[in-house]
Amino acid sequence: MATSRVPLVLLACGSFNPITNQHMRLFELARDHMHSTGQYQVVGGIVSPVSDGYGKQGLVLAKHRIAMAKLALQSSNWVTVDEWESKQPDWTETVVTMRYHYGRILKEYEQSTERNSDSNENTTPLSNPCPQLKLLCGADFLDTFKIPGLWRDDHVEEVSGRFGLVCVSRGGLQPERAVHESDTLSRHRQNIFLVREWVRNETSATDIRRALRRGLSVKYLIPDTVIEYIHQHNLYTEDSERKNKGTVLRPLAKEAQQLVKSLDD
Amino acid sequence: MEGQSITKVVLLACGSFNPVTNMHLRMFELARDHLEDTGQYRVVKGIISPVGDGYKKKGLIEACHRLEMARLATESSDWITVDSWESLQPDWVETAKVIRHHYDELLAAEQNNDDVDTVKYAKKRRIQENYFEGSSHHKKRDGAQLMLLCGADVLESFGIPNMWKQEDIAEIVGRYGLVCITRSGNDPHKFIHQSDMLWKYRKNIQVVHEWVTNEISATHVRRALRRGRSVRYLLPDSVVHYIQENDLYSAESERKNADVVLAPLQRNTAASSS
Repeated sequence: MATSRVPLVLLACGSFNPITNQHMRLFELARDHMHSTGQYQVVGGIVSPVSDGYGKQGLVLAKHRIAMAKLALQSSNWVTVDEWESKQPDWTETVVTMRYHYGRILKEYEQSTERNSDSNENTTPLSNPCPQLKLLCGADFLDTFKIPGLWRDDHVEEVSGRFGLVCVSRGGLQPERAVHESDTLSRHRQNIFLVREWVRNETSATDIRRALRRGLSVKYLIPDTVIEYIHQHNLYTEDSERKNKGTVLRPLAKEAQQLVKSLDD
Repeated sequence: MEGQSITKVVLLACGSFNPVTNMHLRMFELARDHLEDTGQYRVVKGIISPVGDGYKKKGLIEACHRLEMARLATESSDWITVDSWESLQPDWVETAKVIRHHYDELLAAEQNNDDVDTVKYAKKRRIQENYFEGSSHHKKRDGAQLMLLCGADVLESFGIPNMWKQEDIAEIVGRYGLVCITRSGNDPHKFIHQSDMLWKYRKNIQVVHEWVTNEISATHVRRALRRGRSVRYLLPDSVVHYIQENDLYSAESERKNADVVLAPLQRNTAASSS
């Protein structure tokens, strides 16, 4: 008998300041790749913009970043925007966001299997495998695990071990190296899927903001609807880029606080 | 400061557009930003001119489809248009001739105060305003200049034997001018320096550096489509839908013109050996 594929939800965390076509490409590439393994059926994608508490330079208000992501994904029939993370008063660790979404997904799954077993007593558990949630990221993301103070070891363990990663790279061997150089990632390499993007299409949100500040065209790099929204709300200016300048990134500040606390103990 | 006059420019891009991608469209945006930033030019119109079926390039699908995709892709642009003249010619037409044709059209349009292109009314009006706005202030003809828009690969193809006639290169670069979009890392200046002809007309060559790498080649898009992979966000949604509806790019369509010599090579090789 055909083995059923594992339903998979892909979660992308980040600033989305603003969302670009490249962000949406990552989802398309990841879905194609996961389907080609023959083991997974991608059932959804979630864009989860970080909250304002992240403290990153030039980060515009979450309500705008959410609105832009929603406009951009209006035409997608499988990727959606979720506001939970962006609405948290403080910055949320990626693993906490993953736990929240996985909890939600499991609950839905349990409800649907209950309904199934009510109607059909012969349902075998195999026919309806438990869904999984994996973190979707770009090539440079794996390198952030190396930055001292940015990630807690137990969080890296949980993200890569319990959930898993789908990482899209552009050509080079950067992600393989990052996995190789980390003991935790190496241990969980079965759970880390590396997708190769053969087209160099490196639109970063930083490039987009710079072009917007300088009055250059960003058409065809981000959706027209997002460009309109940016103009309507006059979003990316020299002023907005100065926001949070000199502020320590929240994850680094948080880690430092914990370090001080443990020294006090 | 009335002294400095601003030259109006029409940008013409020739190529297969098999299919048109976001990168083709980006080239127009980058070229316009660059030219207008010099303070000397105002870009009033862009023209996409897909090559005719007689070009005989491998995997080249029918011009009607390539035209329609380009039309769909430029629907949201208020200045980029598609022209079917080149694609409707029974035989492949040298790029120099295509430019001449469009330059004649330009002159005619200036005289008639009318745009011959079949663009939608709003776009047509906008482009007309671009042309004629303020033209009453000038006594001399201040008509638009036509420039060929291309990637660095076209510039480098000038060096491929039999690909181009030397007098055509001289005409394109000398009489009209070239806007060349280049990826960071490439150095077209070196190529220009190494060619006596390009060096002679170097002032007519505008080199534009791409600030984000956006290497979406049509070849890559066709490969992805043949393999059933997603091409979303590499080309406009409307084009993706058109490809799906008409089942356009397959292993079979890619075999078209396999083993056929490219029309320019055929023609120019025959000419040089006779």
